[in-house]
Amino acid sequence: MTDAAKTMAGPAPIKGSNSSVMEVWGHKAEAFLLPFGALLAGLAAFSVFLLFVGKSPVEFYSLVYKAGFGTAFSWNNTLSRTAPLLLAALCVAIPARLGLVVIGGEGAIVLGGVAAGAFGMFLPGLPGFMGIVGMFLCGALTGALWIGAVGAMRFKRGVNETISSLLMAYIAIALMNHLVEGPFRDPASLNKPSTAPLGETYRIGNIPGLDVHWGLAIGIIACIAMWVLIERTTWGFAARIVGGNIRAAQVQGLPVGLLMVGFCASAGAFAGIAGMMEVAAVHGTANGSLASGYGYAGILIAFLARHNMIAIIPVGILLAGFEASSGLIQRRMDLPDATILVLQGFVFVAILLSETLTGRFKLFQPHIGDRS
Amino acid sequence: MSESDIGLWAVPIAMLGGAIRVSTPFIFVSLGECITERSGRINLGLEGTLVFGAMSGYAIAYETSSAWLGVLGAAFFGALFGLFHGWICKLPKVNDIAIGIALMLLGMGLAFFFGKPYIQPVAPDLPALSFGFWSDVPQVQAALQVNVLFILGLVLAVAIAWMFKSTKIGLTIRVVGDSSDAARALGISANKVRLFSTAAGGALAGVGGAYLSLYYPGSWNEGISSGQGLMAVALVIFARWNPINCIWAALLFGAAGALGPALQSVGVSSGYYLFYAAPYVLTLLLLIATSSTTRALNGAPGELSISK
Repeated sequence: MTDAAKTMAGPAPIKGSNSSVMEVWGHKAEAFLLPFGALLAGLAAFSVFLLFVGKSPVEFYSLVYKAGFGTAFSWNNTLSRTAPLLLAALCVAIPARLGLVVIGGEGAIVLGGVAAGAFGMFLPGLPGFMGIVGMFLCGALTGALWIGAVGAMRFKRGVNETISSLLMAYIAIALMNHLVEGPFRDPASLNKPSTAPLGETYRIGNIPGLDVHWGLAIGIIACIAMWVLIERTTWGFAARIVGGNIRAAQVQGLPVGLLMVGFCASAGAFAGIAGMMEVAAVHGTANGSLASGYGYAGILIAFLARHNMIAIIPVGILLAGFEASSGLIQRRMDLPDATILVLQGFVFVAILLSETLTGRFKLFQPHIGDRS
Repeated sequence: MSESDIGLWAVPIAMLGGAIRVSTPFIFVSLGECITERSGRINLGLEGTLVFGAMSGYAIAYETSSAWLGVLGAAFFGALFGLFHGWICKLPKVNDIAIGIALMLLGMGLAFFFGKPYIQPVAPDLPALSFGFWSDVPQVQAALQVNVLFILGLVLAVAIAWMFKSTKIGLTIRVVGDSSDAARALGISANKVRLFSTAAGGALAGVGGAYLSLYYPGSWNEGISSGQGLMAVALVIFARWNPINCIWAALLFGAAGALGPALQSVGVSSGYYLFYAAPYVLTLLLLIATSSTTRALNGAPGELSISK
């Protein structure tokens, strides 16, 4: 836990009062350049892997560019996939600021989607925006309860949150299968058991001028809001103290339990909203498609962004671009759909390896000599 | 139908048989994780190792027409994953839990990548021994079809328990797991011991995966593992890092996993997916019951990050 907390909280979360401007900028430059270098190293390692299996990395990356970022159409495709990734990454990054490694966001996404779908199914015909608001609250609340329980188990019983959250994800998927095959099933859905299709007023449309649904805006606003909360308020400051040293936080009289449950619950709420968005904007009904791995991709995004909420936005767009290009890569290069998973694995290992270099470069520590 | 002959007895009998069948991968993964955790490190990536073991074991068995070569190959690749984990973790400032998550995703990705051509072909199965010859009831005979790997797992558990208790290797692993400082004072390289312990753990997880694809369920597909690798990590905590307890815990988990199919065999089909969740719920309840915020767990290796 203590080691985890140190790596999770990123470099120097609480700066001493005598830190000079140079030092702050040194840390900032390191916090940006090190993950960026690790990303490039991961992509380079993946190129070697492609050469090893007899495929061309040049062709691969040019296809990623073409299908992910090359045209207006591909940008729309990429940005549509970005929304759930941003929210899923928040589900990892928020508890990480407390030193908790929560990786079961997939469960909150799935159940948030099912709750939203069930709301739309059992309470159809609400006037105006009421339906969408209701679904939104249902999704957020379900996700908050699900991941909040992980935080409560951690605080009350010391249950390891990494294992419990992943177990909860498996339970969530079983629960979803039970619900959409049983009590929440629309009898008309034959091949793929689903909840009843949502009414027109329950669907979320596109942002004007873009072929991208409103989930993207919600995701970006959520990232910015959480950044402000954590970097600029006393709440966030308290959380960073808990993440740095839990015993010091307790001695200071900080409400550690409340922070743990609250941060986990808000993390889960965002994941639940991601599930609700998938239902209301993409599928139009809740079914097995909800468990499509966004929760797991979110883990990588949060780690790549070093749990910085603002950095999640560009990293999320980049990873969404890779996912958007998956289909074209399969067809053009005759590679399996797991190719993107392998790529993500390489980048993930590279980013964690780069942690070991933190503080190793003199360039980023201009005053290190003066201290001795 | 012969099933009606024994009525509801079919459920416990099917669960017994299921427990033996389903528990085998748990036994191997948890014994592997037991060795790794006793050395003071946790490898959460065993889920990925298990899936890669399932794929590589199946592919090698298919290419060589020998199921046992498949098991060996899976152990080899599992050991490679373990070595990789151990090598990264010995670098400073690297967090073993995060590396485990990364290797879980990488192992699954690589398994799906290389396993695509092997979803269709049929590889040879591992042999099973019949212990049910004394009974005329077909369900009993089916339940007591015991795979050789299950017996191997039991033998291995006893051997590992003995190793921890009375051999130099076992003592070395325990010292490293309990205190890096003590190990250093004795001139033992903690990192090297952990490297080999993680490799051994990975090899056993690979064998567990090969059992999945080569015996039960007995084919390779992308949904072959349902979190056994992860549950095994929790199982080791429940078993208090004792290899013999790992067997009992694995049988318990196996029985929970067999509950759904056993009920289905007697015609209970509603709520099937809820029964499917039984092993996860059981794991979670055991974790809640046995964890504590105030004291270190009984028998926990002192250097283990999860119990600090």
